[in-house]
Amino acid sequence: MHIDLPVIWAAIIGFGVFLYVMLDGFDLGIGLIFPFFDREGEREVMLNTVAPVWDGNETWMVLGGACLYAVFPVAYSVLLPATYLPIIAMLCGLIFRGVAFEIRAKARRTQHLWDLAFIAGSGVATFAQGVILGSLLQGIDVRDGKFVGGPFDWFSPFNLFTGIGLLLTYATLGCGWLLMKTEGELQRRMAVLMRPLTLCLAAAVGIVSIWTLLGQPGVAARWLTMPNLLFFLPVPVLVLACVIGILTSVRRGADRAPFLLTLAIVFLGYSGLLISIFPNIIPPSLSIWEASAPRSSQVFTLVGAAIVIPIILSYTVLAYWVFRGKVRHGDEGYH
Amino acid sequence: MNVSDTALLLARWQFAFTVSFHIMFPAISIGLASFLAVLEGLWLKTGKVVYKELFFFWSKIFAVGFGMGVVSGVVMSYEFGTNWSGFSAFAGSVTGPLLAFEVMTAFFLEAGFLGIMLFGWTRVGPKAHFFATLMVATGTLISTFWILSSNSWMQTPQGYEVIGGRIVPVDWLKIVFNPSFPYRLVHMALAAFIVAAMLVGACAAWHLLRGRRDAGIRKSFSMALWMILVVVPIQIAAGDAHGLNTREHQPAKIAAIEGLWETEHGGTSLNLVGWPDMENETTHFAIKVPHLGSLILTHSWNGEIQGLKSFPREDRPNSTIVFWSFRIMVGMGLLMLLLALLGLLLRRNAQLYEARWFQRFVLLMGPSGLIALLAGWITTEAGRQPWVVYGVMRTRDAVSTSLTVDQVGTSLMIFIMVYFLVFGTGIYYMLKLMAKGPDLPRDEAEGSSGDTGRGRDRFDHRPLSRPTDPIDE
Ligand code: HDD
Ligand code: HEM
Ligand code: HEM
Repeated sequence: MHIDLPVIWAAIIGFGVFLYVMLDGFDLGIGLIFPFFDREGEREVMLNTVAPVWDGNETWMVLGGACLYAVFPVAYSVLLPATYLPIIAMLCGLIFRGVAFEIRAKARRTQHLWDLAFIAGSGVATFAQGVILGSLLQGIDVRDGKFVGGPFDWFSPFNLFTGIGLLLTYATLGCGWLLMKTEGELQRRMAVLMRPLTLCLAAAVGIVSIWTLLGQPGVAARWLTMPNLLFFLPVPVLVLACVIGILTSVRRGADRAPFLLTLAIVFLGYSGLLISIFPNIIPPSLSIWEASAPRSSQVFTLVGAAIVIPIILSYTVLAYWVFRGKVRHGDEGYH
Repeated sequence: MNVSDTALLLARWQFAFTVSFHIMFPAISIGLASFLAVLEGLWLKTGKVVYKELFFFWSKIFAVGFGMGVVSGVVMSYEFGTNWSGFSAFAGSVTGPLLAFEVMTAFFLEAGFLGIMLFGWTRVGPKAHFFATLMVATGTLISTFWILSSNSWMQTPQGYEVIGGRIVPVDWLKIVFNPSFPYRLVHMALAAFIVAAMLVGACAAWHLLRGRRDAGIRKSFSMALWMILVVVPIQIAAGDAHGLNTREHQPAKIAAIEGLWETEHGGTSLNLVGWPDMENETTHFAIKVPHLGSLILTHSWNGEIQGLKSFPREDRPNSTIVFWSFRIMVGMGLLMLLLALLGLLLRRNAQLYEARWFQRFVLLMGPSGLIALLAGWITTEAGRQPWVVYGVMRTRDAVSTSLTVDQVGTSLMIFIMVYFLVFGTGIYYMLKLMAKGPDLPRDEAEGSSGDTGRGRDRFDHRPLSRPTDPIDE
């Protein structure tokens, strides 16, 4: 039996990247809504909800990068040079943010500077990721498996807009996460913020979708022809349902529903992206088969992934379980 | 399309700069993680509060170093793609899976249990907490395993074929366990332990010099010196074996390390010092010891070592750099050995905590582990040039074809600014924490009267979040 390894690998990487967006999404999002919360102790609580897990969350990005490098080296060696400056910006943002995590709580005189590093780091990293995502959607110039475009190809209105879109996505995730993990006054203020964020997010998702359909005839052809249209139609309908769900559950004062529904929106948007580009890994022309590493590399790594990823998932769940429940100001366990 | 020499040079500088910053933090993390595991184990076993105090103290420093290790490492894994996409496309089929294994088996393990180790003190029992600490320490060592396998494969590649202008792995066992891997793995892991031991020792020496004599300080001074006494001699033996292995697989590197131009028949002398001159193919001001080169590198009186002139000019690594980086590393190693022996002597005379000159020496040697570490890596990596995969791919073909001078120049400048700013402050905070020292055991009496310290939850469970003692005032 012939096993189509590139397809399996595309699924694994797709899964890893989704977990990354979901997990690091909410912890980057906390940095994005940091500016709105500055009362005594609020920021400590916000940070403490993710301090034990942020490193693990970020590791999913490293996994995505490393697996891309391992099993689709051609895609890796095209995508990174094509988005050179956004990548550098993202890395610098992550540096500021990661170090701020460790040092902010210990600093007093310079604490406001580390707050700034945390906010700006989260913002820059998220925006850059959005731009990279946009570049991928828009397509990259490839010839003979090499990037042949210019150093500023990534700089386009569409890509800048996907940057903003991702800022909104992560901010909403972060807000939803904090609705779940906090209580009292802080939670009430999160609920107030959740509504405008959700509406902006919905608008951004709509604009990106329409813009992609107008700008990319290939994508439009895939979505708008029969019978595909019937299969794919549920995607936008479900997004709309989730938005309404978030708004009503926030009004009812629900703890978890807003976060879970935001995750559902992210999942739907993400699957929409995959539908649009598959089986290409770098649109418009590089397919997963052309980008693949030799079979022996894919098999070797797959054996490892099949054994280790379930183990990783189980202790990741364990870590979240150990730190379950609400986080309070002055909470014993976190100080 | 051809990449300009300037872009290539800048890309090399960028790699050297970012990886040199990165490697310092992992070395500290690897060494301290194991030290912390030992401390916690001792505490669980003996119930002595001093171990718990030390555990909390060093875990704060560990947390800052670890954070910086993570973010500087993320930069490295993307740099392969941005600047070295020629290399990634050609050899990614080998180095990629190795890196992927590192992520899956090491990075997740470290990150997954780090939260519990640092913040989970009140949420899990002491045994489970110890388990988390052990997992973090194990993770750092697994990480060492994979990344050094990858690096060693680039030095001594085997188990592959080149098909269609790309590397195709054939035998993974041969790839992972390539000829220089065991030597490099042992040498690097020991280096990390030495780095941490020198830091712990220097921190204790600083407090001894300032008059503190409490149990925590004496214990850490003593532990560090035992560690150095045991590990440094092993490290020297490992380095020696490593050199023999390199002579076998990378003779040009050895010739460059020794500043040796001619192949001397009937016994090679050793240049103790000198200034290798690549242009004129000679080593100026050389002080030579006859037969010593043969003795060290072949373990025989008349063993022959190939001189640099027997390699084509374009295949020679820069001897000026590696000659000196190697001597700095070995010099540090010998000084450490001296330090360890002096420590043993003083200990036998019960002078260990009194001899101020010795404490000054230990304090001064604090950074010696890091210096030797960097010097060693520079020897290894610059000695591999002009190859990126030894004998298979030249560094100049490894660079991204689309790379422009503006891109690398700008990113290099950004990295330099960000690194000095962020990691500079981070290192400053680590030093401040060390200067503060472990908490004085206020209630030592309580500690010795059977209290294991297990019930005392009001310690800072979150190493960096105790607002009562800011580090920037
Ligand atoms: C001898 C050990 C060693 C060496 C030579 C390197 N590293 Fe490293 N690295 C580690 C040992 C380590 C570690 C001990 O596992 C770290 C340091 C602190 C930490 O958090 O994990 C780490 C962190 C770290 C991370 C972040 C992991 C995370 O998200 O948790 C990445 C992506 C890399 N490294 C990648 C690299 C690359 C691409 C290297 C080669 C150029 C490299 N490292 C050299
Ligand atoms: C962690 C300690 C390391 C240090 C301090 C270090 C240092 C260096 C230095 C100084 C160079 C430049 C040599 C020159 O251009 O003359 C270099 C090159 C290089 N190293 Fe390392 N290295 C380390 C680890 C690694 C590892 C683990 C890998 C791979 C897995 C690696 C891959 C490379 C590559 C691809 C180059 C080529 C780029 C170049 O020549 O500049 N290095 N390294
Ligand atoms: C004093 C005796 C020592 C000897 C004879 C020795 C020998 C060597 C040799 C021959 C190499 C080059 C390997 C190559 O060909 O690529 C090397 C590399 C290296 N050395 Fe040493 N060394 C000594 C001490 C130390 C010490 C004390 C440290 C650190 C604390 C250290 C850290 C390193 C590192 C990090 C490398 C690069 C990684 C590697 O190739 O393993 N060395 N050493």
